Amino acid sequence: MSAPLVKLTKKDFVSDQEVRWCPGCADFAILAGVQKLMPELGISREKTVFISGIGCASRFPYYMNTYGFHGIHGRAPAIATGLKMANPDLTVWVVTGDGDGLSIGGNHLIHALRRNVDLKILLFDNRIYGLTKGQASPTSELGKKTKSSPFGTVDRPFNPLTLALGAGATFVARTTANDMPHMSSVLKRAAAHKGAAFVEIWQNCVVFNDGAFDEWSEKDVRDERLLKLEHGKPLVYGKTKDKGLRIGGGFTLEMGAADGAVVHDESRDNLSLALALAALEPPWPQVMGVLRAVDLPTVDQLAREQEREAEKSRGPATLQALLQSGDTWDVTAGAGDA
Amino acid sequence: MTVSAAPRPHVDLQNAVVRFAGDSGDGMQLTGTEFTREAALYGNDLATFPDYPAEIRAPAGTTAGVSGYQIQFAAHEVYSAGDQPDTLVAMNPAALKVHLPDLKRGGLLILNEATFKQSDLDRAGWKTNPLTDGTLENYQVIKVDFEHLVGKAVEGTGVSAKDASRCKNFYALGLVFWIYSRDIEREEQAIRERFKKSPPLAEANVRAFKAGYNYGETIEALDAPYSIQPARLKPGKYRNVTGNSALALGLIAAAQKAGLRMFYGSYPITPASDILHELSKYRRFQLTTFQAEDEIAAISAAIGASFAGALGVTGSSGPGIALKMEAMGLALMTELPLVIINVQRGGPSTGLPTKTEQSDLFQAVYGRNGECPIPVLAARSPADCFETAYEACRIAIDCRTPVILLSDGSLANGSEPWLLPDVNSLPKIDPDFATDPAGFMPYKRDDKLARPWAIPGTPGLEHRIGGLEKDALTGNISYDAQNHEKMVRTRAEKVRRIADRLEPTEPFFDPEGDVLVIGWGGTYGSITQAVIEARQTGLRVGHVHLRHVFPLPNDLTDIAARYRNVLVPELNMGQLRFHLRGQLGLESVGLNKIQGKPFHVAEVRSAIESLARRKHLPAEQEIA
Repeated sequence: MSAPLVKLTKKDFVSDQEVRWCPGCADFAILAGVQKLMPELGISREKTVFISGIGCASRFPYYMNTYGFHGIHGRAPAIATGLKMANPDLTVWVVTGDGDGLSIGGNHLIHALRRNVDLKILLFDNRIYGLTKGQASPTSELGKKTKSSPFGTVDRPFNPLTLALGAGATFVARTTANDMPHMSSVLKRAAAHKGAAFVEIWQNCVVFNDGAFDEWSEKDVRDERLLKLEHGKPLVYGKTKDKGLRIGGGFTLEMGAADGAVVHDESRDNLSLALALAALEPPWPQVMGVLRAVDLPTVDQLAREQEREAEKSRGPATLQALLQSGDTWDVTAGAGDA
Repeated sequence: MTVSAAPRPHVDLQNAVVRFAGDSGDGMQLTGTEFTREAALYGNDLATFPDYPAEIRAPAGTTAGVSGYQIQFAAHEVYSAGDQPDTLVAMNPAALKVHLPDLKRGGLLILNEATFKQSDLDRAGWKTNPLTDGTLENYQVIKVDFEHLVGKAVEGTGVSAKDASRCKNFYALGLVFWIYSRDIEREEQAIRERFKKSPPLAEANVRAFKAGYNYGETIEALDAPYSIQPARLKPGKYRNVTGNSALALGLIAAAQKAGLRMFYGSYPITPASDILHELSKYRRFQLTTFQAEDEIAAISAAIGASFAGALGVTGSSGPGIALKMEAMGLALMTELPLVIINVQRGGPSTGLPTKTEQSDLFQAVYGRNGECPIPVLAARSPADCFETAYEACRIAIDCRTPVILLSDGSLANGSEPWLLPDVNSLPKIDPDFATDPAGFMPYKRDDKLARPWAIPGTPGLEHRIGGLEKDALTGNISYDAQNHEKMVRTRAEKVRRIADRLEPTEPFFDPEGDVLVIGWGGTYGSITQAVIEARQTGLRVGHVHLRHVFPLPNDLTDIAARYRNVLVPELNMGQLRFHLRGQLGLESVGLNKIQGKPFHVAEVRSAIESLARRKHLPAEQEIA
């Protein structure tokens, strides 16, 4: 079986490949965060696989000293689904971006989520196409001027969190690459989740969309504009945690004092509150952390259970018996002369 | 082994062609399949051709909704489902309208008289009533009021009038059983087994079936019923099999012999879906079937499974294959085993979903971006789908390459007796996984130019692969100019070398002579029968049927040189012909038919004869 588990360090997960992102790219922070997390999970390098599609984020597997597969545009969740179903013992991470995961690969992403494939899906969201040099992405704000939209975009963006919730994801979270402690804690939670874990990571592109998340990252404002979710704790925010969200009339959230804020429960079956929180737009605070974490059977598990059931059932058990199943007849030498 | 209690003598025939035709809701495919099973169990050789519309239930009684099933069964070897039926069962005027032109002059025609009311005739587009206007004067006609007689027969079984009416296909079957002196007891058991969940329905269908049989006997529908003795087939255990079933079993056999899990990713599409249906029954053979969200996901997941160390397989038809092309390039770059099945249908675009065609050869061989050589194999008959699928898997695993397997609609749904192979005699397949970290290089090659298959879970072999060009040894990303040329040429050479390991090509029939017929895929049966008949006229004709479409066998040019002319019959505009010219500089004349239908034997035979009369290859590319 696998090699004895020696205590691994971050260094063991760093590959020999030169990292080729632009200087200052937030991807470096995510890479460092993931490499630091790996030894804490107690999973050997050979049982860990990183799978990606196309885009800046998708170079990620080359920099991890694990098994890795750099796929084609948008298809990482599908490749990962096949891998995981073929060998459920592996820990499989998918690294994708807002273009790869939400545009060309949107279909695969939602189906991986609804099937609850046991994958950790990291969506690096910089709200722009980086590798193709600056076109609008499906998370670019309406009206954004880019190379492909000199007069501003005319299509409304996706909200990755509501999309994931709508697809039935069993784990949905958001974090940001410029808050290492928060990102580490969210990644750790995702790693521990059994099932499809979807994590949107805000990630600043210094070249094509610099400052995209500044309004939530500047030190003096971020506490007022971000609400960090904690399971079992009230939905409060603000420098002094003086503000809170409560449920108002007509299925809406209301801003108010911290007192009486609704308590966050990740494990709710009902999606209404998670969707309401995920959909908040400024001037409301943006939520950070784990929105939803529920346990449901994974597709890889269910498929294997069917196989074990099938083994118990009647029907041909050997290859020879399988070929000979159904209506067969024998022709002996000289037959046909009758 | 005999059969009927008919007191009269039989008329012995060597072969017969029967076609069942009716509305797509009339159960004609089932009727045909039942008749086929009995012919198979009786020991006849046979070939079948189901032909059905794309609509599940087109408007009842219209020619658009006519579904047909043809079988040729014989006391000798059979290669095709036959050109023209000897017996046609037409369940309504629309079926008569569509199929009467094919019936042999003097042939036997069985009609359901109850469906020839004026409104039925109008729906089917008959201006006058064919029963009375002389249309049928050149045929032997048996007119029966199926509705009335079936209604009488099932009285007391308790089934509804609607269910009673649905038994009439078994009435027709019973009548045809009498005509060809078939065993009714075995069929009775089969009907009871089929409807075992509803004893009243089973009873009604059995009664309808017997009523049809007895009707033939009572009215003395013929002077004497026909009899067709068992064929002298090669000894062994047989089973009747469709191409899609045989193909599915070939995949399972290959994975089992290789000791691999199999992963089949597929998206429903006609006429490939039955492979998914068949495979999904056999979970206990370490078989994961995955109905993907789309064609691209189906192949991508199969690639992921191959990376994990399973045998990844994906199956579709032409339009779906078009969607998979980019991923095929990925499988080629990552040099992982993968089998891609294309059950071809009429194209382009959505084309003719339920009709057969061979027009995806270019797509298979030349259809991707970049220099992207992928081996292409083609099955030639329903049973041959087993062996061809097995070989496709073997090459994919041995050479770490995607392999395309071409079938087509007529093979997929057509059936024939299959001499079951002994599992122990199937060629070995060794996945030969890499396990040793010492000196491991992801793209270091063996003498077949195959790279190691190093699967996740193996300690010390962690590596990264992907669609970007890679260094010739380490597999790391490389944009080096010389390295790219080397890799492109190496990948091409890896595929070319497959041809070096093929068995020498042995033409069927004459080893030299007037005409060499080169075919591929589902035209095998028609060509074989045509060659047999052409040789009876004194011509010297050889036949090569290519399993390996790419790379082509090395000896093909030399073989072709032994004949005066080369004929390439294809159900397309000449794709193999162009391929032979481009790859080998081999000149040939095409016989090309693009009607969504197989070749008639007579069409191929007449092309052979016409070409044989010429000293030199004619200037025109196609023979009329």
